[in-house]
Amino acid sequence: MDEILEILEKDARVSAEEIAKFTKIDTKTVKRKIKKYEKDGVIVGYKTVLNKELVREQHQEVRALIEVTVMPQKNLGFDHIAERIYQFPEVSSCSLVSGTYDLLLVVEGKDMHTISNFIAEKLSPMENVKGTVTHFLLKKYKEDGVILRHREDNKRIAISY
Amino acid sequence: MKRKNVVAKKVSDLAPSGIRAFFDLVLEMKEVISLGVGEPDFVTPWNIRETGIFCLEQGYTSYTSNKGLYKLRLYLRRFLKQRYGLDYCPDEQILITVGVSEALDLAVRAILNPGEHIIVPEPCYVSYGPVVELAGGVPVYLSSTEKTGFKITANQLERACTKKTKGIILNYPSNPTGASYTRKELEAINRVCRKYDLVVITDEVYADLAYDHEHTAFPALKEAKSRTIYLNGFSKTYAMTGWRLGYACGPSELIAAMTKIHQYTMLCAPIMSQMAACEALQTGKRSVEEMKKEYHRRRDFMFESLNDLGMSCIKPAGAFYIFPSVKKFGLSSLEFANRLLREEKVALIPGVAFGKSYEGYVRISYATNYMQLKEAVVRIKRFLNTL
Repeated sequence: MDEILEILEKDARVSAEEIAKFTKIDTKTVKRKIKKYEKDGVIVGYKTVLNKELVREQHQEVRALIEVTVMPQKNLGFDHIAERIYQFPEVSSCSLVSGTYDLLLVVEGKDMHTISNFIAEKLSPMENVKGTVTHFLLKKYKEDGVILRHREDNKRIAISY
Repeated sequence: MKRKNVVAKKVSDLAPSGIRAFFDLVLEMKEVISLGVGEPDFVTPWNIRETGIFCLEQGYTSYTSNKGLYKLRLYLRRFLKQRYGLDYCPDEQILITVGVSEALDLAVRAILNPGEHIIVPEPCYVSYGPVVELAGGVPVYLSSTEKTGFKITANQLERACTKKTKGIILNYPSNPTGASYTRKELEAINRVCRKYDLVVITDEVYADLAYDHEHTAFPALKEAKSRTIYLNGFSKTYAMTGWRLGYACGPSELIAAMTKIHQYTMLCAPIMSQMAACEALQTGKRSVEEMKKEYHRRRDFMFESLNDLGMSCIKPAGAFYIFPSVKKFGLSSLEFANRLLREEKVALIPGVAFGKSYEGYVRISYATNYMQLKEAVVRIKRFLNTL
């Protein structure tokens, strides 16, 4: 992977100037490359990883993993049915997986009720959906490589040879 | 006690550190961004820590053989063979020690008779001279300058050799400068060592943090192995400073001599650390690569930033230190460090700590996360503007 992408994947706030320092590529080129990555859809967005447990009052949100078994369609395979499912705003992520079911969704809603409504009224009735299994998330420990537990202070002594 | 001179003369004669007070000040102050730390900011990778925990659970709490776990020596042999083509016999030529610090002490004590000289290139890690003195030897300091990239030259070494010279302590990549020798430079040094029949004690604890170049292990040079005590450890490579684990490899005769001292003074290195080190050698590679990449980026950032600030420096080839000059700001390096600490709460180490001739330099460690480094650069800039 291009080093520019590696750096941005870790910290989206690193500026083009700083990336230039790290990589010894000049700032202009870095900027141009980032633009191109954005245009090509390699860089899809920039966001902040939150530990939502700590901002609960305002954002009481429930998440569920839903295993979906679907019937693939002739000539279209899974892509078409996946598209019909991932367009719902409730679906925050959607992947085709190997194993005993086909699609794995992450669904978000403001409470359990909202999510079960979504399953009962939108997802299950779909023609090609054969079945669903829902797991509500109870606690999240790590997301995208980031451990969410609040880090303790550095334990090193402040100065040493 | 009524007795005077309770403390041995050799110990009371050791020069006290001139910057102890500065260290105390750093430790007292809060919210300091410290660029003065000589150890990784990473914690030991989880798979290694987990092995340590497992060992305790399983009740591995005993001594090991004096030389260390056979398994670990075997893994080290394999590692050194793959990495440098060096073949050390795990039975006779590898000794596991409590950090490189112990290995260095053993090496020096194993070879020195009273009054014999050991050449110590400067600037250098603070313990080399005192360890030689405690062993009854005489450290002969050899200053390198910014002009030669803080590296001694073969000519310089040759001029320093006398009949009394027993050996030399090398350290590359270097603490405090990050400088490292090229194979060619090492070969030239090796020729002088052969000519004067010197024992080479080479501390290569930063070998795995070498940027833009392949590290050359000294014993891998032509006809060097039989005169070299190669020292390395797990502290820097695997972020395992607190585990206190190092090793020495060398000719059987010297390792046997070192083992003799080790068995009476240390007995063995802690078994949990040794077992964790086995895990490090087996599965640690990925974590090492990740940490190295991060140090590499920080090095580039600090090198560029310091030069932009007018603190001229040589680009470090390895380790996680950079050694810029502060001569043009008209302060002594201790004053510079003191004022930077008080005014902007950034800590670094005055160059004089690493040799008398390094007034006018400071050591900056970039074993600190990038956000902190960035903030430190902003603060240093603000400080320089007030001078």
